[in-house]
Amino acid sequence: MDANGILQILLYVALIVALTPLAGGYMARLYEGKLTWLAWIERLVYRLCGTSADREQHWTGYALSLLAFNLVGALALYGLQRLQGWLPMNPAGMAAVPADLAFNTAVSFTTNTNWQAYGGETTMSYLTQMAGLSVQNFVSAATGMVVAVVLIRGFARQSARSVGNFTVDLTRTVLYLLLPICVVGALALVWLGVPQNLSPYIEATTLEGAKQVIAQGPVASQMMIKHLGTNGGGFFNVNAAHPYENPNAVTNLIHMVAIFVLGAGLTNTFGRMVGDTRQGWAILAAMGLLFLAGIGITAWADAAGNPALAALGVDQALSPWQAGGNMEGKEVRFGIALSALFATITTAASCGAVIAMHDSLMPLAGLAPMVNMMLGEVVVGGVGAGFYGMLIFVILSVFIAGLMVGRTPEYVGKKIEAREMKLAVIVILVFPIGILGLGALALLTGPEAITAPGPHGLSQLLYAYTSATANNGSAFAGFGANTVLHNTLLGLAMLLGRFMVIVPTLAIAGAVAAKKAVPPSSGTLPTHGWLFVGLLVSVVLVVGGLTFFPVIALGPVVEHLSLASGTLF
Amino acid sequence: MSVHRPQGLALFDHAILARAAIDAVKKLDPRQLVRNPVMFATALVAVVASVLTARGGEHLGVMIQISVWLWFTVLFANFAEAIAEGRGKAQAASLRKTKTEAAAKQVTSTDAATFQTIPAQRLRAGDLVVCEAGDVIPGDGDVVAGIATVDESAITGESAPVIRESGGDRSAVTGGTRVVSDRIVVQITVNPGESFLDRMITLVEGAKRQKTPNEIALTILLVGMTLIFLFVVATLPVFASYSGAVVPVVFLAALFVTLIPTTIGGLLSAIGIAGMDRLVKFNVIAKSGRAVEAAGDIDVLLLDKTGTITLGARQAAEFLPLAEVNERDLAEAAFLSSLADETPEGKSIVTLARTRFGLAEPDRGGMSFVPFTAQTRMSGVNMNGGSWGGVMTAVSEIRKGASDAITNYVAERSGRMPGGGPKELNQLVERVAKSGGTPLVVARDGRPLGVIHLKDIIKPGIRERFATLRAMGIKTVMVTGDNPLTAAAIAAEAGVDDFLAEATPEKKLELIREYQQGGRLVAMCGDGSNDAPALAQADVGVAMNTGTQAAREAGNMVDLESDPTKLIEIVMIGKQLLMSRGALTTFSIANDVAKYFAIIPALFLAAYPQLQALNVMHLASPQSAVLSAIIFNALIIIALIPLALKGVRYRPAGAEALLKRNLLVYGLGGLGVPFVGIKLIDLAVAALGLA
Repeated sequence: MDANGILQILLYVALIVALTPLAGGYMARLYEGKLTWLAWIERLVYRLCGTSADREQHWTGYALSLLAFNLVGALALYGLQRLQGWLPMNPAGMAAVPADLAFNTAVSFTTNTNWQAYGGETTMSYLTQMAGLSVQNFVSAATGMVVAVVLIRGFARQSARSVGNFTVDLTRTVLYLLLPICVVGALALVWLGVPQNLSPYIEATTLEGAKQVIAQGPVASQMMIKHLGTNGGGFFNVNAAHPYENPNAVTNLIHMVAIFVLGAGLTNTFGRMVGDTRQGWAILAAMGLLFLAGIGITAWADAAGNPALAALGVDQALSPWQAGGNMEGKEVRFGIALSALFATITTAASCGAVIAMHDSLMPLAGLAPMVNMMLGEVVVGGVGAGFYGMLIFVILSVFIAGLMVGRTPEYVGKKIEAREMKLAVIVILVFPIGILGLGALALLTGPEAITAPGPHGLSQLLYAYTSATANNGSAFAGFGANTVLHNTLLGLAMLLGRFMVIVPTLAIAGAVAAKKAVPPSSGTLPTHGWLFVGLLVSVVLVVGGLTFFPVIALGPVVEHLSLASGTLF
Repeated sequence: MSVHRPQGLALFDHAILARAAIDAVKKLDPRQLVRNPVMFATALVAVVASVLTARGGEHLGVMIQISVWLWFTVLFANFAEAIAEGRGKAQAASLRKTKTEAAAKQVTSTDAATFQTIPAQRLRAGDLVVCEAGDVIPGDGDVVAGIATVDESAITGESAPVIRESGGDRSAVTGGTRVVSDRIVVQITVNPGESFLDRMITLVEGAKRQKTPNEIALTILLVGMTLIFLFVVATLPVFASYSGAVVPVVFLAALFVTLIPTTIGGLLSAIGIAGMDRLVKFNVIAKSGRAVEAAGDIDVLLLDKTGTITLGARQAAEFLPLAEVNERDLAEAAFLSSLADETPEGKSIVTLARTRFGLAEPDRGGMSFVPFTAQTRMSGVNMNGGSWGGVMTAVSEIRKGASDAITNYVAERSGRMPGGGPKELNQLVERVAKSGGTPLVVARDGRPLGVIHLKDIIKPGIRERFATLRAMGIKTVMVTGDNPLTAAAIAAEAGVDDFLAEATPEKKLELIREYQQGGRLVAMCGDGSNDAPALAQADVGVAMNTGTQAAREAGNMVDLESDPTKLIEIVMIGKQLLMSRGALTTFSIANDVAKYFAIIPALFLAAYPQLQALNVMHLASPQSAVLSAIIFNALIIIALIPLALKGVRYRPAGAEALLKRNLLVYGLGGLGVPFVGIKLIDLAVAALGLA
């Protein structure tokens, strides 16, 4: 990797840090109800839904509304896929999606995973893409946001019974946050060369005289929300590596910034709403350290190139004539640094969009994205989801460390007691269940989906179940996931990873909202300093590391060690 | 501030150790084990491993050893708990000795003139008993008639007998103490088996011990970790067999037990029992473990001024003569008038006059002393001529007393005022009052001479203790009946953060509620019946043993030595208890990293020889690696028993400093220690040819 690559990474980090307080401040105003410039649409929506905007819900009511909304969304998306052959806006004449794939996809998009066991341009009609997938891109992102906001309210409020109104929160998220940014962003993308049409596919004759079908469609509108909402479901099969999704360096930067901006901003929103922005910065700092470690490993491992090729005398050095390093599965226009950066961002943030094929990353370079997901997608994370996931780790850290300073643990004034612990433990159990439990079941029942021999084959399966449980959606593309078995199991993993985290999180929010706040003193564990940041990072790494060390050892680690010693499978 | 142990046992007493070894085996009873989920899981795994070993197979020698060490892990944890219980029981037994088979003289007539003798256990709350000189008081109760001196040394260790009388704040008596003189009628207030002693004994006995809130939360975390590792280990054979590795189940069992938090799981209840035990050593009896834990969370300490912050009595600090008067004359008059004054204040005036002017002892022959009465509110001396240092003294009349009493006296005598008249005197009086002192005016022959400044003496070292508390994040509030002016001055001098002046029990209760509304936890101590509501309201209420039964019922701790400054130690014991749990949890989790590096390469080496790179400790063989890890895991429990019993070192400091230190010691230490430990055990295992 050269200075140019490092500079691009630093530029990106600087942009996110600069945007955090802006996004955070805007969202704080939004969720404190101070933004009203679209009040007339809001009122219309509430009247249509029959909601009274000022009636707040207990966390249980909130959770029920959220689950019902997501259930209806998933059913609608399932129906749309199954019926698309008879519905309009289908110039390419796509047939009904098979039941298992439709289930998988419906779950995938409602859970903000956007795992795609299909190729977009060869499976989905324009109507399905627009009215189904894009709609879920918005509302699944908004679902994650509102859960985060409820948790923030839990910590910000005192002796409160209610945590907010789901309909209001969801509507305001879409209306004031996602839609405006996406409208502006999509227009910018169109201007930068991303297509936005409903035209039939174009048949082109290549220079060699071959015929090639070039897919078209309303790409730009889906691109913006795909990244902003950390959905990651590509319009095209190769996702953001496709020149229509990601034509140039500027669109690439827009995509990357969009992935992190809301997740990072939420830390600041949290700080503002609990009245101490340092708390937010501490969380962001912990995320930042993990992020930099991830990008460092990925970029270093890929830039080093493949020792097996080196042994054959292939020159993989960086030079003015070649990008150098391991360029398999990468776009030459993006190179090592940007591909590594994007791979780290997309897995850190539960997005899952890709500009390079993760299956082709060097073992350790592929390990870092996998670990990003195994840690629970808390390195900035999915919109909302990353923040509340990280707060679960904060609760664990505060509990262990809080005891060590001789007090009942507390965080931003709220005591962490048995109930919160119970709920947090349920959440951290999700990952072993989804990744190890369902992964082992899949390995026993459907090993034929694995296409690579040796430890890399295990990595493929592991990556798939990790990606699904973590609601990421990216894949080691070699894995043949589109079977009834894997569509079903991965669907379950996605549901587990989404709702078995959301419901306990809402319960925690309800529990802490009901508590009185303890004013801080010098006996209170400080949660805004570097000491705490270090502690939080350690807890995230230890909990994730201890859970997954054995399988990682059998997958990427062995693959790396073998490659280094010249053993191939 | 060192934690002193008035009647500490040696850390390991032989009798207790022997007893604990037997109890450790008894505690294998599943009904007892199930209370500790981590150890229960370990025991289940030990059963499975034993059964598999009995069926035989490859590596049988290692399998047998692993099974044995799995059982040792459970036994060591039981042993830790048994030792803590044994020590607690020994403490309780020394208290319980007093609960010998006392006979009770139950009152049978309304005037308490006649009684029948029955065994003490048959007494019920509400019964009246007579206790005469030489009798052991048969149960906790209140004196309803009479006054007696009682020897409470059996409970408090204080040899001087104390007065117990009906009514007032000294009416409570404790079962097992002995009446030294006189006769009292006691109303028994608790049924047998429910006294403080009985409750305390239950608290240190593991079987009946209730888990405290933090302990429950921590147990949930430990169960969660156990479940995680259950998934890790249970799914591992699938991933391993895909990779072409065959892992013996006994090795998996070893991996599981080394990973789950057995260290903290095994020591958790020992820590809790030892925490209660430390309180008992301080002669404080807690009614629940919850109260001890709450003590660590205290944000606000309410402390009575008298006896806690200041010495019980005020002391003369200086003589302030009027302009025309010589200071020595004032001192002489004060000295003479106080010679017969036996109050601490009076004695301190004599001492001050002596040290300032070297006054000699006069011949008391010609003096008649006038004692203090509530009517005159003055005391003094009438000099009828006599010798003092060889010189005959003139006939004169000296009085000292509160400013208004002396002013009246002077006006009555003559009204003749020296110097600036009453205005100057008033200024002196006011000056003393403003500085937090008590002014005493001295007059000789109807002529005011000046003012004695009686000062509340702040206990030595108390200011530093408050500074320590502040560093710990605890706010101190002084409660006093003084007027706000005086209170403010004393508060400033003692270094408390705030004060409640002109306090009444109602105001005190109000203040506690106010703090609690703001989310703070409040501790206080009290003795009088009128303290009972506040004691009950406070999160930690320490009742003095000398106090009333009502107060002792209302509080959640009783201090047998009746020393209010102990609140500070109680808070520290509470904090130390929580810290010990946190530190050992951190240590336990951090240990897992090294265990992985020992076991994972060992399990898969046959399938992937490349994994030798992860064998950073260079352990001799896969079998010895697994064996060494499980041995380390068992031995570390034994090694940490002393720490669990003593509690981690607690140095009062802010949370940041504590966290830094404990993370360094128990976090980084927990990462590093097992690497060294497992390597050393591996060397031994290899040398002995065990694997």
